[in-house]
This record gives sequence, structure tokens and C-alpha cells, in this order.
Amino acid sequence: MSPQPLEQIAEFLLEQAAANGATAADVVVAEGDSLTVGVRLDQVEKVKRARAKHLGLRVFVGERSAITSTADFSHDSLTGLATDSVALARVTSADPYGGLPAVGELARAIPELDLYDSAIAEVTPEQATAWCKAAEAVALQVDPRITNSEGAEFDGGTHRIVYAASNGFRGSYRSSSCSLAVVPVATENGTMQRDYWFSAQRHLSRLEPPEAIGRTAAARTLRRLGARKVPTCEVPVIFDPDMAASLLGHLAGAVSGNALYKSTSFLIGKLGEPLAPPFVHVYDDGTIAGALGSKPFDAEGLATRRTPVIEAGVLRSYLFDCYSARKLDSRSTGNAARSVADSPHVSPTNFFLQAGSASPQEIIRSVRSGLYVTELMGFGVNPVTGDYSRGAVGVWVENGELAYPVEEITIAGNLLEMFRNIEMVGNDLVMRRSVAAPTLKIARLTVAGT
Amino acid sequence: MSNRALAPAPEPERFFLNRFALDAQALEETVTSAIARRADYADVYFEFSVTEHFALEDGIVKKAAKNVSQGAGVRVVAADKTGYAHTDEVSVDTLRLAAQTARAIADQSGATQSVAVRAARPAHDLYPLRESPLEVALDAKIALLNDIDLIARRHDPRIKNVLAGLGIEQKIILVVSSTGVIVGDVQPLVRLSVTCIAEENGIRQQGSYGGGGRTEFSFLTEEGRHARFARAAAEQALRQLRAVPAPAGTMTVVLGPGWPGVLLHEAIGHGLEGDFNRKKVSAFTGRIGQQVASPLCTIVDDGTIANRRGSLNCDDEGTPTARTVLIEKGILRGYLQDRLNARLMGMAPTGNGRRESYAHIPMPRMTNTFMLPGDSAPDDIIRSVDRGLYAAYFGGGQVDITNGKFVFSATEAYLIENGRLTHPVRGATLIGNGPDVLTRVSMVGNDLALDEGIGMCGKDGQSVPVGVGLPTIRVDSVTVGGTKA
Repeated sequence: MSPQPLEQIAEFLLEQAAANGATAADVVVAEGDSLTVGVRLDQVEKVKRARAKHLGLRVFVGERSAITSTADFSHDSLTGLATDSVALARVTSADPYGGLPAVGELARAIPELDLYDSAIAEVTPEQATAWCKAAEAVALQVDPRITNSEGAEFDGGTHRIVYAASNGFRGSYRSSSCSLAVVPVATENGTMQRDYWFSAQRHLSRLEPPEAIGRTAAARTLRRLGARKVPTCEVPVIFDPDMAASLLGHLAGAVSGNALYKSTSFLIGKLGEPLAPPFVHVYDDGTIAGALGSKPFDAEGLATRRTPVIEAGVLRSYLFDCYSARKLDSRSTGNAARSVADSPHVSPTNFFLQAGSASPQEIIRSVRSGLYVTELMGFGVNPVTGDYSRGAVGVWVENGELAYPVEEITIAGNLLEMFRNIEMVGNDLVMRRSVAAPTLKIARLTVAGT
Repeated sequence: MSNRALAPAPEPERFFLNRFALDAQALEETVTSAIARRADYADVYFEFSVTEHFALEDGIVKKAAKNVSQGAGVRVVAADKTGYAHTDEVSVDTLRLAAQTARAIADQSGATQSVAVRAARPAHDLYPLRESPLEVALDAKIALLNDIDLIARRHDPRIKNVLAGLGIEQKIILVVSSTGVIVGDVQPLVRLSVTCIAEENGIRQQGSYGGGGRTEFSFLTEEGRHARFARAAAEQALRQLRAVPAPAGTMTVVLGPGWPGVLLHEAIGHGLEGDFNRKKVSAFTGRIGQQVASPLCTIVDDGTIANRRGSLNCDDEGTPTARTVLIEKGILRGYLQDRLNARLMGMAPTGNGRRESYAHIPMPRMTNTFMLPGDSAPDDIIRSVDRGLYAAYFGGGQVDITNGKFVFSATEAYLIENGRLTHPVRGATLIGNGPDVLTRVSMVGNDLALDEGIGMCGKDGQSVPVGVGLPTIRVDSVTVGGTKA
């Protein structure tokens, strides 16, 4: 079996689409290899290996369009795909805002962003098992109250993306990612708690050492033992970096051109307005070397870039792909993303709140009575209004000290008010995910408990 | 009525053998090579799925998508270890390679045993269709969405935008296992969702509704169903325009019938999945036979209800689906099991071994989870509450299996004042503790309803369609996460 180069498959599909009457088309071909190893209580629990490939064809017939995708790369399947796509496009409505980007908008060069590590493709199940065992073993040894484990898991994958469009764009890149996570379980007085820690990177050598992951996971789990509810009140709330990142995620959703033109964003009409205090700066940057959210061009062939979203507290830019930009009379910010089987949509690249000056300890010391949040649960965020209500887990702060763990409470407010009420920004920004933030203090939220 | 002759559904075994140019011998060889002496179990799962998706926004159907996915997964299980390999290029060679990869985990050494396989029929025939929803003309699907736009906008001029999605899927599966059985199934699924945006005096709100099932396409328009969905989404958005802030604190909560059954899914269902209990990491671990709910509560998981979204003729390991009693009059009775966890716990599989696709390892999952009806009239339940919250519709929920804490978010709720529903309130999260929330159920209505068929459940990165159901119930003291302290 001599597999056809992916580029050749893409060219063939573009030709087939045109032959069937498409006036424009683009093709994404993705292939990847992955390895997952799970260890629990020092025994290998699962090993999963896979090779996957998938391609998507988007066609335009005038102002109508459709998308089809398949994992079957045979000649018959590909010709059938082109016929199907065009037939499907003919039944959709004409949409004057659709279409590929103009040639002048396309990326002129494809930068090298250090997204691929060949070492990840070479990881053996035995190596991955050893890392998982090491991470879990440390977690289990830290304290006798750590009595059980949901296990440790290593995931590694390498991917290649080829993108070709009838406007002439041709591009491809490789990327890789890996992660190691462990979930210890602690018991005290007949109740159990679990927590976790993980590290994710594009390069194997940059993962946190297994022992460090295990120690952090154990400390986080032990910290939750003996958690209680607190009375309903209004207090300052500190979000640890991972939870602050979840707030940035809501912000990224609200500045997305998709949400704006669908009227499902609480930030419609806020461009140029102050959203937060002057010490708050938020950027979307797809060009950071080696970062998890970076890519050399977006899903429509435009260059990725650094977009100031909030500067000195003022909303400076929304994020767009070509379609939402046209709908809203703006220009794409190079934020088109696409799964193979779907049309492009807006997605942040690396989206983060810039580090401030306060250490996390200083932030905690500034609170006389309040909540330090370490986990949030549920989907109680209304993107249209910004109304926010989520289950929370954390540590109660008394007189500037972390006092005791709390659970089975909610925090509620409105995202617009929450951003306006940011009181302190930590100096501890780490790009643990593609959306990241440092420790964040919000002046006041409603905590519901007993 | 037309003649109800059934369209011949593809016969899964023949379908896959033809499609991948395999024969029965190749299947036997694959399973034989996968199962080594020390392996307890092996199976090969074939899947071919076609999905269509249509999206309406801004008054036009601007998106049509069709996806064809196919592949096979080979699994080898030895004690509590699982080796898994999957491929989207299915041939004798790739299957053999996958089998070897999967077997590596099972401490491969030793003589292989030979497995002869024979075809079996699934125990049920829960979704016989006259016509596959995939075969309905594209025009009819587009017309349905356009109609929804019209109905919702006509309902009230304050409806400013309508977002609707129509998803149609047909999945053909075949499970060939080392127990010697081949079982296949053809699984249709349709789902219609509607979101309306209402606007008045600069205030914007949204409402969402939808449904579907393992049905023909015509199900969506029967009995004015699509129009009802459109109006329900519009009404929800309009009501939210005049909603007051939700209360914060612990109070009596009345849950309406149907979709609020998501409470059971989060508070009880996940915690009773076999994997968490075998690993002793569930808040329900070791509690079979104990009282975990009020005697008014009997809760079942039932994968055998005709045409329901959460139903299956067999699970993704070929086990027939069943009706499993989880809680009987308040006493914890059973867990939801797949093969692996059932065997390790010395229990019988319950037909709950499910997976998102061939690229995923099966695990215990819910099907349709609901509470059986009680004796109370729904009006009496509301009338019994002086001050509290009535929750009629929910967004998603989540649970921490280990400590039992769960949340779910009300998207349509009302204040109860002096036994009457008064103001609609803005969305709020409800939070509680799975093993004790149902002990505070003090009234159960006689109005059990299953949800409309829109639920999706995520676990360990795998999504599967599920159903829930509930009669009206009164729960004394639940923490409501509003802003109004």
C-alpha cells in the first residue's frame, strides 16, 4: 500500500469540485498518530494506539455552500464526496457573506513556530507507563490519607494538517502535543475527595517532571479534606490561575464574531468602552513559539497575529474569521478555526490576561473574609446576558490566610460586572493551556451556601 | 395511513464484509489473534456512520454538512487491563496489526485459543423505520428549518433572531467478540434544536428547546412538534425578558416533569456507573442495600423504550439493553455495568457498555434514566410550598463522582410565593450532594414525563446521546445559586 501524498489528494478534490460545478472550494486534510497510556494503582489499565486521517471539502456554488467530510480516501469515496458537496450546496440558501478570502488577505509566508517535537512520535508504551507510575507513586506516598487513585494518564500525539483552496493558498504544518495527568483520591472520616494536576506541552522535554505533577496533585487533593459549606454572603472572590482562565474563556466566547452576529454575546456594542480597570490587558496571540494555541496560518489561510483585545481596561478588538468579519463590516483577525467536518468558525489562539504585579500571597493577604476558588462546576453562564452562576470548590480566606476548605456552594454575578470589579491581577501567568490567566481577585460576588 | 411496510435496513454483518472486502474467516482470525491465553476477552467493533447537519441563522439555512466516518477498534482485556487499537483503514492486515497492538498489554505470551463466531440477533427491535431519515429529500429538511424561523418570528415581534440546528445520523455497528457472538445494529437518530433571541428595551435574552429520537424524520413534524419546539424556545426567551434576579441560599425546590430529570442523571446516575464503584472512587461505593433516597423514589435506567434517544437494541459490546432498577423505594439496588466492570465485580452486564465511536473504549454509561411516578397532583405540590423555586427547564449539569457534589443549571425557573408561581427568575445553578439530595424528596407527582430527546452526556471525553425523565417532585432544602442573597 503506497499512500498518496495528502497534498495530491487535496488537489484532486479541488479539481473534482470544480468539475462538478463548484465556483470555489477548499480542502483540509488532517492525519495523526496517538498513544494513550493509563495506569492505576501501579498497574497498566489501558494502552490505546491509533492512526487517524480525515478530510473535509467545502464547496461554494455561487453564494451557496456546503461541507462534506470522510475518513475514506479511496478514489470512489473522493469523487462521491465532490458530487455530494455540490448537490448539498445547491439546496442551501444564498449567503452573500460567504466565500473564501481574497488573495490579498492570505498569509504570504508560513512561519516556523516550533510546534512539532519528533520525540513525541517515538514515545513507547513502556516509557509512558513509567512516567504515569512515577507521577502516581509520588502522589500515593505523600500522605497516608491518600488512599486511592483514579489513575494517571499520558497522552501523546503528532498531527499534520494540509490546507488547499481554490484561491491559490497551499499550506501545511506538523504539530505535536503531550500531557501527563494524575488524579489521587484522599479519605478522612469516611468521606472522599479527589483533585488532579496535569501538565500539557508541545514538547516532551517541557512537561513538568512526573514527580512534581504527583506532588501538586496530592497537595491539591489533601487541601479539600474536611470541606464544609458556608453561609450565603457577598464577599471578595479570588480565582486561582486555572479558574481565572475559565473567565478568560467566557470573554473569548463573547468577543467572537460568531457570537456577535448571532446576538449571543454580552459584549455587543462595547467596542472602545472600558470593561475593566486600567491594569487589565488581554491579548490573543497565535504566533508565540511553542505555545499550545499557536499555528502558522488560520483555517482560511490567513496569517495568525497578535491582537490586543483589552488594553488598559478598554475593549480594543473583537476576534473574527472572514465570514463574521464580512457580516459585521470588519476584517478577519486570523482567528478562523475549523474541524475537518465543519465550516470555519472563530476561535482564540493563545488568549491570555497579561500578568500583573501582585504575588498570589499578596492577593490572599488582601482579603479579610472571602473565597479562594480552585474548581468550578457546571454550565451556568448565559452568554447573551453575561449572567454567571456556577458551583464552586475552594478554600475560605480569613484575615488574609487560607483557613479551611469549602464545597457545595455557588458563586454568582454577571461577567460584565465581574470584569469591571477586577481588583488585583497576579504575577503568576503560565501558559498551561491556550487560554490562560494569572491569579485574579474580584471585589464582590454572591456566594450561596447554607 | 400508508402501508407500514418496513424498509429493508442494511444487515450489519453483510454490510461490513462487503464494504471492507472481508469474510467471516477474517473476522474469526482477528478475534483469535487478539485473544491470547491470558486474555479474558477480546472484541472487534466495526462502525460506519453518516451524519448530516443543517443550520439556520439570520433567516436562512446557511450551512449544510455531511460526514462519513468509518473504522474498527480492536480491544483485548486481561483482568482489569485493556489494550485498544483502532484504525480507519479497515483491512485484514490493519485488523491483524491492531489486534497485535491491543494484545501487547495482555502479557501476550502463550498459545492462542481459537474462536469460532456465529451471528446473533439483537434482543430488541426498538426503532424499525419505514424510511431512514438520511433518505428524506434535502428540500424537506431545509423547509423544516425555514418553517421554524417563520413560526418563531411570527410568535412575537420581539423575537429578533432564530438559530436552529437539525442533526441526522445513521450508525451501523457490528461487534465480533471472543465469546463467539456477532451482533450488529443499525441506529438512526434525529435531533432538532431551536434557540430564540428576544430583545426589548435594549435587553436581550435567549431561550432554547428541542427534541428528537431514534425515529423517522417525520417524527419532527408529527403533532405539530417542530412548531411546539419553536414556540417553547420563543416563550422561554420572552419570559426571561421580565425575569427577576434568582434568590441565593437554601430553599425548597419543586422540579417540573421531563427534562429536569437531569437531576437524576447527575446526582445518582453517574455515581452508580460500575467503573467508579469497582475502583471505589464513587460516593455510592459499597452502599447497595442502603437507603439513599426517600421511600417515594424509585429510579430506573431503561435502554429498551421504543424510539427514545437513549435507547439501543444492544450496547456497544453487543449486550442486550435492559431496564435496571437503580433505586427502589429509596434503597440503592444496582449499578450500571459494561462487561469489564461487571466481570470484575462479579455482577451481570446490564447493557450499559457504550462508546462514542470506534475510536473509543467502551465504558458504563446511562441510557434513559428516570423516576417512576408517585401519587401527588402537580398542582398540590406547588401549592404546598410557601416560598421556594420552581424549575421547569435546565441547561447542563456536572458531578464530582468522588464527593457526590453535583450542579445543574436552571434556564427556566419561577419563584413560588404562597403556593403560587409568581415571577420568572434569571438562570441559576442548583447545587447538592448526590447521596442525600433525594432523601429530602417529600412529594412525587403522578405526571412522569420523559424529556423530548435532546440530551448529550459527556464522560472522559466521550459523548453519547441519553434520555432523562421525572414526574414533578418537591425537594426540601436545595442550595440555589442566585445573586439575591
